[in-house]
Amino acid sequence: MLQYVLRRLVSLVAILFGVSILVFLLVHLAPGDPVRIMLGEEATQIDIDRLNRLYGFDQPLPVQYLRWINNALQGDLGLSIRQQLPVAQLVSERMPATIELAMWSLAIAIGVGIPLGVLSAVRRNTWIDLGSMFAALVGVAAPNFWVGLILLSQLALHVAWLPIGGRGPSFGDAMVALVTRFDGLVLWDHVRYALLPALALGTSIMALITRLTRSSLLEVLGRDYVRTARAKGLKGLTVVYGHALKNALLPVVTVVGVQFGYLLGGSIVIEVVFSWPGVGRLIVNAISQRDFPVVQGSVLMLAVVFAFVNLLVDLSYSLLNPRIRYG
Amino acid sequence: MAEAPTAVAFPERRRGNPMLRKLLRNKNVVAGSTIISFLLIVAAIGPWITPMDPYRQDIWERYAAPRGLIVEGQLNAQFILGADELGRDVLSRLIIGARVSLMVGFVATSISLLFGVVLGAVSGYVGGWVDNLIMRLMDVILALPGILLAIAIVAALGPNIVNAMMAIAVVRIPQIARVVRSDVLAIREEEFVEAVKALGQNQVIVLFKHILMNAWAPTLVIATLGMGTAIVAEAALSFLGLGAQPPQISWGRMLSVGREAIRSAPHVTLYPGLAITVVVLGFSLLGDGLRDVFDRRLQDS
Repeated sequence: MLQYVLRRLVSLVAILFGVSILVFLLVHLAPGDPVRIMLGEEATQIDIDRLNRLYGFDQPLPVQYLRWINNALQGDLGLSIRQQLPVAQLVSERMPATIELAMWSLAIAIGVGIPLGVLSAVRRNTWIDLGSMFAALVGVAAPNFWVGLILLSQLALHVAWLPIGGRGPSFGDAMVALVTRFDGLVLWDHVRYALLPALALGTSIMALITRLTRSSLLEVLGRDYVRTARAKGLKGLTVVYGHALKNALLPVVTVVGVQFGYLLGGSIVIEVVFSWPGVGRLIVNAISQRDFPVVQGSVLMLAVVFAFVNLLVDLSYSLLNPRIRYG
Repeated sequence: MAEAPTAVAFPERRRGNPMLRKLLRNKNVVAGSTIISFLLIVAAIGPWITPMDPYRQDIWERYAAPRGLIVEGQLNAQFILGADELGRDVLSRLIIGARVSLMVGFVATSISLLFGVVLGAVSGYVGGWVDNLIMRLMDVILALPGILLAIAIVAALGPNIVNAMMAIAVVRIPQIARVVRSDVLAIREEEFVEAVKALGQNQVIVLFKHILMNAWAPTLVIATLGMGTAIVAEAALSFLGLGAQPPQISWGRMLSVGREAIRSAPHVTLYPGLAITVVVLGFSLLGDGLRDVFDRRLQDS
């Protein structure tokens, strides 16, 4: 196991190194001189040269890359051209918001998807089953940002306590308030802001989980040991929850793991729709402002988080399913 | 086969292509291809069936509510699904927008197929350091969430629909390459390949003619399912202003414009999103169906 973890870590580092080159090249392929765009039409050549020197844009590309990656490894992602703030600070301020949103989406998707899937399987071929399967089919196909827009127009604009965008207190703050001051209002404030974006982001995964839970449970319910349990005279629900569900959920866990990383990507557009102050919105804004260091730094940091999430997911399989062993 | 009495004696022997019959028996395939055929026809004859000029602006009809097909007992062609922020007919724009969505889907998928198949085939067939190099390159692309990489590529190349297609294609290459590679690896070991090689056949021909011809089914499934992904990606890029540019009509752009007036005119965002959902649904039904028909191995992936 330890050997496997080490091997994965080594290849992870290599891949992230590749990603850093890719991101760096992409940003520097971009047409248009960022300094010239920043200073505007009337800038003199002297000013342009001075700023180019300041940001190191006058050096050859390999030198610029080595300097950038060397600094990045020490936690310095450069300065934002627009905001004159360290990129590392901008990204680390927003990363918790993005991760928080992804976590809530996953929580909602699991919380709704699994019970709905179980219900569909147990009440097979009833209108509940048909209805939720149809909803799941549409849910997988609908673009998440459109779902977000619909939620905005149909719910947020009509329900007084649902905000139309932005982020409330962080989950951490809400928990601290709850535990130290027994103040649940902060948590409520946190939840009402997170609810709609998380729901929109989680729709497709929710739909996927519903379908998978249903098909997987139906398959398990046909197995011999389930028949034995029934033959012993156990009640229907005891068989489902006590015997069948545990085994039926293994494929679901796999899919949830694979999808979690993609929530980070999907959140980019959702953050724009709901003005959620996460890394996604930071990237989109930085692109429109041609703020290259910010684009570079935040894409790299998202890749790092994505990579570690995927690694953790892989490792957690062996804990959940003892039949998987890593050699 | 003559129309002999045996044909009467064994009624289960029907005429026609057995594969086609298998396809037509699959509900998902039929439903998916019906939806897609309908949309393809709409896209193809779009300019001739729009009820109004999709570009004509009418300041008095800004955000006009949908009027439906029947107004005061008469058949209506004006603003059936309402008007957008410049008073343009939403239905006509939806019809024309289908062209961009489907084009992006097909072009991006074709490009990713071309590169994915070649890279995957070479990787699986040649092996060794070539395989290693190509697959590590694919790992790097997969190390970023797809939409993030697409956004970064478009941001670098400049926001327009051609670059958006390129970006979507690049993001989709690794998945296809991986599927092709694993298939080539399996088929490479089969006896008929040995036989062709023993006959002294050129390696390139062995790979592209004999091996790939036996590996098309899983690739077709992945490509079909990928069409939906590509179309959603285009909508997302256009929504962010990184895809289609005005005056080009794209469903994603319609969504981003509709967002401005989501309070007063939700219909402007409702219909383009619905259209995207239907296309994606069509391709995923077709893809799932093809998977059931052709390839049992892919079912778990």
